[in-house]
Parts: sequence; structure tokens; C-alpha cells
Amino acid sequence: MTAYIVRRILYALVILIGVNIITFWLFFKVNTPDDIARLQLGAKRVTPDAIAKWKAERGYDKPLFFNARAEGAKALTDTIFYEKSVTMFAFEFGRADDGRDIAYEIRTRAPASLALAVPMFIVGLGINISFALLMAMFRATRFDFWGVVYCVAMMSVSSLFFIIAGQYVFSKLWHLVPISGYAEGLSATKFLILPVAIGVFASIGGSTRLYRTIFIEEMARDYVRTARAKGLSELTVLFKHVLKNGMIPILTGVVVVIPSLFTGSLLTESFFGIPGLGSYTIEAIGAQDFGIVRSMVFIGAVLYIIGLVLTDISYTLVDPRVTLE
Amino acid sequence: MQLTPIVLWSDALLFALIAICIFYARQAARHAHLRAPWARVRRNAAGLASATVLIPFVLIGVLDSVHYRPLLEAKAGSATARYSVEVKSLLDVVAGAALGKMIGKSEKTYSAPLATHAFSKETIDIPGSGGARQVREYPRLVAGGAHLKDPVHDWGRDVGVNALRGVVLGAVVWLALAFVLLAMAQPAPHHRLAASWRAVWAGETETPWRAVLLTLLAICIAGALAVTLGSRYHLLGTDKVGQDVFYLSLKSIRTGLLIGTLTTLVMLPLGVLLGITAGYFRGWVDDLIQYIYTTLNSVPGVLLIAASVLMMQVYIDTHPQLFQTAVERADFRLLALCFILGVTSWTGLCRLLRGEALKLRELEYVQAAQAFGVSRFRIIVRHLLPNVMHLVIISAVMDFSGMVLTEAVLSYVGVGVDPTMTSFGSMINAARLEMSREPMVWWSLAAAFFFMFTLVLAANLFADAVRDAFDPRLVVKRPRLNLIRVKAR
Repeated sequence: MTAYIVRRILYALVILIGVNIITFWLFFKVNTPDDIARLQLGAKRVTPDAIAKWKAERGYDKPLFFNARAEGAKALTDTIFYEKSVTMFAFEFGRADDGRDIAYEIRTRAPASLALAVPMFIVGLGINISFALLMAMFRATRFDFWGVVYCVAMMSVSSLFFIIAGQYVFSKLWHLVPISGYAEGLSATKFLILPVAIGVFASIGGSTRLYRTIFIEEMARDYVRTARAKGLSELTVLFKHVLKNGMIPILTGVVVVIPSLFTGSLLTESFFGIPGLGSYTIEAIGAQDFGIVRSMVFIGAVLYIIGLVLTDISYTLVDPRVTLE
Repeated sequence: MQLTPIVLWSDALLFALIAICIFYARQAARHAHLRAPWARVRRNAAGLASATVLIPFVLIGVLDSVHYRPLLEAKAGSATARYSVEVKSLLDVVAGAALGKMIGKSEKTYSAPLATHAFSKETIDIPGSGGARQVREYPRLVAGGAHLKDPVHDWGRDVGVNALRGVVLGAVVWLALAFVLLAMAQPAPHHRLAASWRAVWAGETETPWRAVLLTLLAICIAGALAVTLGSRYHLLGTDKVGQDVFYLSLKSIRTGLLIGTLTTLVMLPLGVLLGITAGYFRGWVDDLIQYIYTTLNSVPGVLLIAASVLMMQVYIDTHPQLFQTAVERADFRLLALCFILGVTSWTGLCRLLRGEALKLRELEYVQAAQAFGVSRFRIIVRHLLPNVMHLVIISAVMDFSGMVLTEAVLSYVGVGVDPTMTSFGSMINAARLEMSREPMVWWSLAAAFFFMFTLVLAANLFADAVRDAFDPRLVVKRPRLNLIRVKAR
């Protein structure tokens, strides 16, 4: 087990290096810092001096890989590749275009993202599983039929619609909660309740249908027939046997997204003005702040890989037959 | 020449895709084993009805993909013909014929659906006063309801009469279509039309004609209403710069279709090639390919797309000489977006096909082929590829609807299609700012969401039907929607 995890972490490092190379290639090779400078300064009134100044401010005025002018180890460290890419492994992201420290921003914004994403995830998962179990319980009845129809219809609605419609009805029409904004501590509840509710409501759909299929598959198994033959009530069979076993693929399937809850949800945060990492990313994309986008790509990759390792571990926890080698 | 045809890259690729589909259809028609799953799709009522809905969408998209530049009026003394920089499409011609003056920038600004007056008050000179006396009023629209002499009095009656005409016209067209369809298909024996109708209405035909005809009726009536009402009023209102929202929605269909289909064109070769290679060769090839897709997968999708699109925007801005017209620039951006979406979304298919190839390579017929000394390339092409095709088709149709939805989100984030290009995302994005207006301008949003919902729902249902028909394992697993009827018997 330990050996396996160590190996996974080493493999994760190799993948992170790959991610790093992709982002480096995208941001520094496909388009050189000169191009980016020209774009940011405005294509018309751009002078070589302005570009040089822009690059010097951000430390983009160095050679990409090898600095012939520097001495010793500095030939490798005093380069864009080292300063902008390698240092990311130490979670040093440098400064954003407005001069703020990106790592500090990420630390201060993560709680707001979590405050939104964690309830949304837990409640959403609970409601999805309950709805799927209900449909499986009443399978091949009208409830099941219309439940599936409802799920397919929900899958076809743009997530933007839920947000816009929810904001309109609950905030603008009925004045139940503020349209957007955020506050620290407990008073955040009134800002968070609507986005969480909308997020949960919008999450019904594809995954609900998948869970229903999982439960129905599980109900066709031999051990369920045995349980019924023993004379157990349908409810006991459902909750003690089917639910427990059906949860294995469901839980192991969602473990991978748990670390990514940190990065928040892009759309919801930006619509509701919640100062989390999602809105940070959207603002960065809008302002074409490449430093932030690069950092968020890296963090997202790290979290995803943590999720993969957690998924493997969770398999062994919920299913004793699985061992990691 | 009155016009010069323009073939944008995306048009060319779309037509290439259609050619591929026609080629595949001819192949499928010839071989029984390829025909069988499609016959199952044909027997699926929901699938066939949704295909009926998809056809008009595809037609509109194809019409909108035939581009040309109209001839400018020649200046006196100039010998060479000059063409407008404005690129038009066949859809503009058709819509111009059907909707008349409504298309184009006919109004100044917002107007509600079917309105005769603008949405906001303006200062108007009282006629005859020479500009000395002015009044704040809702001005009459230039095109919408212009045929009415007394809009306040006549409006309700006119709308009602035209709606009725639309319904009647739609029903007539539908009847004609239904007769042609049934005469061609002849669902009842002995070629008797009356028997055919009875069988259809009882739902006893093997192909669910009832579902198709009912869907067709809805489409015909909607289309006829669009013509009778849409040529006299702005059916879905106008947007901020006075463009007809209904017409904009029609133009958005092409963007949605292109995003959904061209992405597949990028994704399929990558996913199929790499997936089968990894599964068949195993060893270091497998390790390498697995590494590549895990790496790509681990970058959050939206961020990777955003980063790539930002970079592409820099490229477009630094190479303005490559693009003659704004449309070409927008088209390049659309293609690049499809490419980026394709590159970021082939991983799922690749993993699926890798697993399937791992299984297939151990089967007897592949082993036998190996023993006979068939080359690896031939084994992949002759034995593996045909046996994973059903997975490829399923994933191609399943991904389509997701791509249409993704486009809207990406355009909202600001990394979608070019802002000058009409798309559902850009419509939503433009209308979003009007949320705070009182009373709210709801029709742009509603139109974009409605069209998107119809397209995506139809695509989802069709994809479901295709999956049920093609995936042999699912036949037993999934209780189908027709279970209720089975129980009732």
C-alpha cells in the first residue's frame, strides 16, 4: 500500500511536469512575451521601449531556457523557464499584473470558494442519490418514467439558464436574498443559500440517471434475490443491501472531484459575485492576466492528481477485495 | 457575376463531414450488420421524433454555410467588379424571402415580441410643428407591424388572424408531407392509404410513424407561424441594436452545429488512433499514450480551453494580414475553438477504446489473424476498427449536445466564439446585461435558451436512441421508456 502510494506520487510528479511543459509551451513558445505585451499594451500605440518595460516589469525579459550572460548555475536559474515554471512546484506563483502576490490571493480566496462548493457538493450528491434510489425503487412505473424524462430535460438545459432564472425569480422578483455579494463568517449564509440551491437543482440530470442505472443493475444481482428470498422487506433490501453496494461505484466516482472543490465553480461565483477562486480565474481570463491563468492551471492539475490518488485509496477502503499493488 | 461564392474553412469542413456521413450511409445500407442497429434506432419512437426535430436544424445550418459576397454597385468608369466585404449566406436569402423586412438592422433598439411600438420612450417631433413641439412617446417600429394603420385598435385582431393563418397553412403543409411520406413508406400492406392511416394512428406500425407525424405537425405549424407572423412582426422582438431576435436565433444554429460536429472531427481521429494503438501494442506505447491523456485530463478543461483561446487570440491579433474580412477572422477563431475543444476532449474516448482494444486483441479471431501472419496494420484496420465502431458512433452523438452547451458557457466566460459571430452564447452574453432593466428585456434570453434547449434535447434523445441501438450490453440493462406499455398489456 505504502509502496503503491509512493509510486503514485512519483507518477503524479511526472504528470505535473507534463502539465508544466504544456502551459509553458502555450504561454511562452506559441506566442512570445512580445506578442502578449503588444496585445496588452494595445496594438496601435506600442513602441519597442514600452514592450521592453512591460517585459522587465514581469520578468519576461530573460532568455527562455539558457542565460548565456549569467554565471554558473545562474545560467539555468535566471531564465523564464526556471522563474515562471519550475518555481511553481514550490507553489510560488509570482505576482499578478496588478502587482499582488498570486499565492496570497489564492490563500485568501479559497475559503469563499469552499464555502460555496462544499455544501453544493454534499447536498447535491445527497439529493441525486435519493432521487436515483426513489426512481429505482419505483422502477418501471410512471414515477420512474417521468423521472427519467425530467432528468433528460434537465440535461438539456444550459447551466446559465438556471443561474439567470434563479437570480431573477428569487432575488429580483421576490427579494428573498441579495442578488450578489459576499460577507465573511455566518452572515455569508444569505449570500450563499441561493447559489447553493441553484447549483444543487442544476446538478440533477445526467448523474442522477447514471446512479439510477447503477442501483437498478445492483437490484438484479443474486445477493438481492437471496435477501428477498429470506423474506426481508423491500425497504430493508433497498437500504441495507442495494444502497450500500450501489454507493461503491458512486462514491469512488466522485472522490476525484473533491480536491477540485477548492478551485470553486467558475460560473456560479462570477454571477453571484462571490470572491472565490472561480471568479478570480474568470476575472484573470477577462483581463488576460496570464500569470494567474498559469497558476490556476497548475493548481487545478495538482488537485486533480490528488483526486486520482484518493480515488485509488478509496477503492481499498470501501471494497476489501481490492488491494493496491 | 452578381456575386462571388466564398468557401470558409468551416463550410468546407462541414461539407466534408456531410460527405463522410453520406459515404457511411451508403456503406451502412449495403451491409446487413451495419444496417441492423440503425433499424433499431428507427423503431425507437423518441429517437425518430428527435431526429425529425434535428433535420430542420441541420437544414438551417447547411443553408447558412453556403456563403457568398454580393456585387457592389459598380462605380462609373471602373472596369473591375467589386464585391462587398459583407459575407452573406443562402439562409439570408431564404430568410429574406420569408421574413421580408424584418431581418437586418431594421429597428433602432429593443422592441418586445410582436410589438408595433418600441420598448422605450423617445422624443418625437409632432408632425407639422416643424420641430418646435416635441413629445415623449413610444415610437412606431420601422418594420414590425408597419402594415397596420391603427396599431392600438387593429393589433390584436391582426395577430390572431395571422396566427390562425399560420396554423392552417402549417396543417396543410403537414397533410401534404404526411401523404407523401406515407405513400413512400407504405406502412400497411396492400398499399392502401386508409389502412395506413389507421395503422399509424393506432401506433401499430413498426416504424413509429405516429410520433414522427406528430412531431412533424408541430414543426410545420411552428414554421408556418414563423412565416405568417414573422414577416409582419418581429416574432421574438429585437435586441439592443434593433436586430430581429428570431433571425439571430436562426443564425446561431449554424455556430452550435459546427461546434458540435467539427469538434468531433478533431476528436475522433485522435481518440480512435491513440486508443487502439495503446490497447493493441501495449508496452511503452501504452504507457506513453496513457501519460499523455492523464496529463491532458489533469488540466481543468475550462482553464486549458481558456488558456489556448487566449493564446490564439494573441495570434489572431498579431497576424491581421491573414484575414481579409471580419467573417474570415471569426471563422478562424471558431475553427480554432473546435480544434481546442477536440484536443481537450478526446481523452474519454481514447480510454474507452484502449480498454476495448485490450479485450479484443486477446480474442480468437485476432489471434488467428496474427498466426496467419497478417500485418499489425491490417489487423487494426480489418479486425479491431470495425469492432469498436459502435463505441465511436455512440460517443460522437453523445458528445454533440455537451459541446453546444459548452459553447454558451465559454462565450460567457469570454473565451468562446468571436464576439461578431452570432451564437447562443453571445446572445445570452449580450442579453445578460439587460437583466437589471425594469421591466426586464427577457426575449433575447428566452429565445436563445429555447432554441438551445430544443436542439440539445433532440440531440440527447437521439443520442440515447443511438446508444441503445448500438451498445449490445445495454439492451438488457436499461428498462426502456416503453416498459409502461408492456406492463399494461
